[in-house]
Amino acid sequence: MTNSKTLALGAFALALSTTALWAETELTVYTAVEAEDLERYAATFNEDHPDIKINWVRDSTGVITAKLLAEKNNPQADVIWGLAATSLLVLKTEGMLEPYAPAGLDAMDPKFRDSDNPPSWVGMDAWVAAICYNTVEGEKLGLSAPTSWADLTKPEYAGHVVMPNPASSGTGFLDVSSWLQMMGEEGGWAYMDSLHNNIAAYTHSGSKPCKMAAAGETVMGVSFAFRGAKEKTNGAPVEIIIPEEGIGWDMEATAIVAGTANEEAAKTLVDWSVTPKAMEMYNVGYAVVGIPGIAKPVEHFPANIPEKMINNDFEWAANNRAAILEEWSKRYDSKSEPKG
Amino acid sequence: MAEAPSLPAGRAIRLRIDSDGWIKRAFMGVIALYLMVALALPLYAMLSKSFVTYSFDLARYEFQVSDESGTVWGEPVSAAALNAQLGKFSDADLASSTDGRLSVTDFFPDFSFRSPVKYRIRGVADNAPYLVGLDLRNSTEWQEFDSNTFRRINLRPVASTGLQNYTEYFSNPVLFSSIENSLYIATISTVLTVIFAFGFAYAINRSCMPFKGAFRLIAMMPILVPSLLPGIALIYMFGNQGFLKGILFGQSIYGPLGIVIGSVFFTFPHALIIISTALSISDQRQYEAAESLRASKWRTFWTVTIPGARYGLISAAFVTFTLVITDFGLPKVIGGQYNVLAIDIYKQVIGQQNFEMGAVVSVVLLIPAIVAFVVDRQVQKKQVSLLSARSVPYEPKPNRRFDMAMLAWCAAMGVFIAGIIGVCQFAALINYWPYDLSFSLRNYDFNKMDGGGWGAYWNSLELAALTAVIGTAIIFTGAYMVEKIDGFKTGRAVFQFLAMLPMAIPGMVLGLAYIFFFNNPANPLNGIYGTMAILVVSTVTHFYTVGHLTALTALKQIDAEFEPVAASLRQPFWRLFARVTVPVCLPAILDISIYMFVNAMTTVSAVVFLYSTHTALASVAVLNMDDAGDIAPAAAMGMMIFYTNATARVLHAFASRSILRRTQAWRVR
Repeated sequence: MTNSKTLALGAFALALSTTALWAETELTVYTAVEAEDLERYAATFNEDHPDIKINWVRDSTGVITAKLLAEKNNPQADVIWGLAATSLLVLKTEGMLEPYAPAGLDAMDPKFRDSDNPPSWVGMDAWVAAICYNTVEGEKLGLSAPTSWADLTKPEYAGHVVMPNPASSGTGFLDVSSWLQMMGEEGGWAYMDSLHNNIAAYTHSGSKPCKMAAAGETVMGVSFAFRGAKEKTNGAPVEIIIPEEGIGWDMEATAIVAGTANEEAAKTLVDWSVTPKAMEMYNVGYAVVGIPGIAKPVEHFPANIPEKMINNDFEWAANNRAAILEEWSKRYDSKSEPKG
Repeated sequence: MAEAPSLPAGRAIRLRIDSDGWIKRAFMGVIALYLMVALALPLYAMLSKSFVTYSFDLARYEFQVSDESGTVWGEPVSAAALNAQLGKFSDADLASSTDGRLSVTDFFPDFSFRSPVKYRIRGVADNAPYLVGLDLRNSTEWQEFDSNTFRRINLRPVASTGLQNYTEYFSNPVLFSSIENSLYIATISTVLTVIFAFGFAYAINRSCMPFKGAFRLIAMMPILVPSLLPGIALIYMFGNQGFLKGILFGQSIYGPLGIVIGSVFFTFPHALIIISTALSISDQRQYEAAESLRASKWRTFWTVTIPGARYGLISAAFVTFTLVITDFGLPKVIGGQYNVLAIDIYKQVIGQQNFEMGAVVSVVLLIPAIVAFVVDRQVQKKQVSLLSARSVPYEPKPNRRFDMAMLAWCAAMGVFIAGIIGVCQFAALINYWPYDLSFSLRNYDFNKMDGGGWGAYWNSLELAALTAVIGTAIIFTGAYMVEKIDGFKTGRAVFQFLAMLPMAIPGMVLGLAYIFFFNNPANPLNGIYGTMAILVVSTVTHFYTVGHLTALTALKQIDAEFEPVAASLRQPFWRLFARVTVPVCLPAILDISIYMFVNAMTTVSAVVFLYSTHTALASVAVLNMDDAGDIAPAAAMGMMIFYTNATARVLHAFASRSILRRTQAWRVR
């Protein structure tokens, strides 16, 4: 009796461990996707591929990029899923990405993929700049909402604008590089010179300006639309403003890390990441996704986002990043005293 | 000069080392090795990183240009030769950073992307990286491009060693101004903290005011929370939506003002402990002498009290100064645009992935910390014992007016400290500040936020427990071996030096050094990178010194005769260690472990570079949630740390009491 029980138990344990061995390929996936979305992404992926387990390593864009670069000679990640394309371009120039053309690549918007063949990365969704404007605080101060980037330099906004520091935030760099592209080198810097007079603080994180606006710490924050929509859903009195000149954008993208030991599983994940099902999954939070025609409007997202997105030259931005940041720091970082 | 008469040289007397002696040396060696690996080698790795520079090495590239037909090729010419011919770039222009780019078209003044001319490029050395578009190439074979592609080619810098990073750092006014800012903040905070803490310590030791016990408890509260928590409270009080904003008269809390107030808060208990110890040792007879000489109270204060406490004051000042200048959390949360050194390291490493410059700023940050440390050590050496066998402990006499004044001083400090903690608690419970003031537990739903969720909290508990157990074992054993070993002077001196060193190393510097050292595939210890183990190692090392000093103090109280007696009774040292030394030193051992626990819960600086997603920590989560703008959840997580540490403290107090009753009965007659 006891013997057979032990035997049965043993067989059961064996069966468990072998299925575990067969079923699971574990992928270490580095990501900067919002924490609240991670579980949903993994669960949706596992509906189709229950045999691949995702181990997320999540942090902000800057930290994850720094981590990947620090691990350059000894990569820990198998796949990067949900990191800014600008960051992936930096990794590409270091030869850290494994080019791969996923099945279903043809359906994608050409803007949403690396232009080389096979591409080193493929896009997921766009992540667009926007201004979060606190209507309650604005009214208290007798201000009206801005409608354009140019409006932000109006003298009455002095001390009421917060934007992310491009040297520590991907969103900040996105803004600066889009202004330089839209207004030209000279015009862009002239614009930032006058904008600088109105800035109350440069934050380290790209979502913080919007959260500060949502909490009334500032009246308007230069941030991104996704964050604004979330804050509005949470009940904050913010409006999401898409400046009329056009908006800078970046995309969340996917890539295989060169040298991964789990190449098959990594390819499976990248294949899946550009399926219509995945796009619908991204669409829950993001209004613009990689395959045209799939996205449905997202609550609180302004409808005109796709037409306002500028023709972003990622290669130019990546190759000039060091020079732009140096110039920016020289001009504005020395502002050591915050304004009252 | 006459030759001095001398005795024939005898056989040199040598201490024979018995097997115990060898075992002790072995133990000491192991722990010294630990300190080498966990401290000295990473610092060395960081130092060498700061000398790694990047520049374009033009001699490594060769070009070939075709004629209009694209078939007849000219002579190969090196980029260096072209540059010499054109005089375009000086050596300074060729200095760069890891992310640098140099467009090849700069070498061809008559370049046009429309021309039918073709170009070839090759490396002539093994490592000659260049980009075609964003594609990295590194080849000694000729590669051919048409004009339109050729304009998209950029050279990449290659690594070499030199002082370039340092010259760049000191010629950059922005980075340089951070040194000034850091010194300014640290100096003001130090002066204020020492004054406040002195008043508080004076009240507790030299007055008969009521509620001393309660004030002592309140004063210790800041030790239980991460240094960035006061920043969050200050935003709620004095931020643009702050309920006390009016009393700042339009001054902004973001910047030096906020950093100084927060720094006073979190360094206050550290200064208080040191000054209070200094004030508690005093000789009643000196005051009686002063009184009989008809010295006024004021004069007595300046001629007796202050000189008696001066070493404590100096020590407190240096400890506070080091804490403030190396703190990273507070300026991050409330510093606004005010750049300080610790923030620069973070910006360079995290924002710009410029590890080399991060290492340079780390080296710069090391300097004031080491100076403060060395001066403090020198001062400590000069301290002579004020207490002799004939001293009479000072007994304060009741003096209503004086006691009330002291009570008011302490009450003010108490309100300040308890107020900040209280505001954080309030912030954590408010639904949506400032638009929805209803209470809710929404902010405790950490899984919905950045930073690692509730898992981070459990990780922190694990880290704190492991650090307390492992750290205490390592530290106490090390202290025992170094204290109770016979002879071996050099080895002991080296060990002492290694054990004191962590005090002078800012946490951020340690964390960055760990990346360079452990995240190197050639390092056999590479495997611990990204695990809980590296967090434990870094935390134990970061807080090693205070534990070591506590252990030494306790061990010195044990009579040195125990060892010879045990040896003559033929008892091995480990039996003495387990049966006598450890039980006698239990209070100190418990103190070390609670110190390690509390600090492991609150530390941010070293671990911010080392945590991975599976080992996210509560203290880092506070930072990251604040960074993402989730200030209320950050406050909530900070309060979780506070409750945990307070509970640990209470348990520690109970444990100490019951253990003391059992093991320390010999102390009372």
